[in-house]
Amino acid sequence: MEGQSTVYAASVIAAALAVGLAAIGPGIGQGNAASKAAEGIARQPEAEGKIRGTLLLSLAFMESLTIYGLLIAIVLLFANPFRG
Amino acid sequence: MELASSILTINQPLLAEIEVGKQFLWHLGPFTVHGQTMLTTWVVMALLVGLAFLGTQKLQRIPSTFQNFLEYSYDLLAGIARGQIGEKDYRAYVPLVGTIFLFVLFSNWLGQLPLKLLHLPESELASPTNDINTTVALALIALVAYLFAGIRKSGGGYFTHHLSSPILSFVWVLDLITRPLSLSLRLFGNILAEELVIGVLVLLAPLLVPAPLMVLFLLTGAIQALVFSSLTAFYIGEAVEEHGDEHH
Repeated sequence: MEGQSTVYAASVIAAALAVGLAAIGPGIGQGNAASKAAEGIARQPEAEGKIRGTLLLSLAFMESLTIYGLLIAIVLLFANPFRG
Repeated sequence: MELASSILTINQPLLAEIEVGKQFLWHLGPFTVHGQTMLTTWVVMALLVGLAFLGTQKLQRIPSTFQNFLEYSYDLLAGIARGQIGEKDYRAYVPLVGTIFLFVLFSNWLGQLPLKLLHLPESELASPTNDINTTVALALIALVAYLFAGIRKSGGGYFTHHLSSPILSFVWVLDLITRPLSLSLRLFGNILAEELVIGVLVLLAPLLVPAPLMVLFLLTGAIQALVFSSLTAFYIGEAVEEHGDEHH
């Protein structure tokens, strides 16, 4: 059926866009966080343990935003609710 | 699913296959559960209980190697709780935070074993945390835990404090939804994405190439366990913090 191939095509484009766009913001954010963490360690090397812990936690937070995009992509490709 | 599997298996003999969404269903009375998730959850539970049992067989004052290692791990878990909840009330919550950390850690690492060798009639064995049901269950436990912690600490005052101003109460109610949502989706998304990446790599280049990535995913699995348990501890810490000593 014609409609189905449109659904497939749209899903593929949507999945690619979802992951691509979702990676932009967190990428910038994580870069900022890492740079400030490196600065902090350089300024006060004794605080490295705490800084590293805080950095890892914050990175995981930002990562989760990209994961939301990946989730939509996976749902569209593998468990597409609009598939015929 | 037919679309993806046909694209991925074209032009080559079927060395590997990825399947997402097919479940090995068990029908237990009125309930239908995902069999593969239950099996791997039981394996993780058996591992954890077995390790704890073995380590506490002959407890000594000056610990031997294995008991020493377990005590060190306990210190790590208590450190996570103490760091987020504070010196005063953290002890009551170390079991919860520690269990969540250990369960998520072992579950994430279990998925990196060659579980494909064990055949199931439908679907395949993998980390129990790649099932949204497991992660939602853990997130709901964290939600109930921090609400319970707040009520235990301040009784009804917990609600009056948070529902005092319209903006605060809106944020608090919103948090009731977004916190479990983000906890569960973060863990589920990370683990499922890990397994899909390994799956696709095994499909394309099964010899040696997935290995460094699997080591990376051991690390990210551990980080996700740390994040989940730290966040749970943070929510609990926020619920039991004393608002009196904010003005030093």
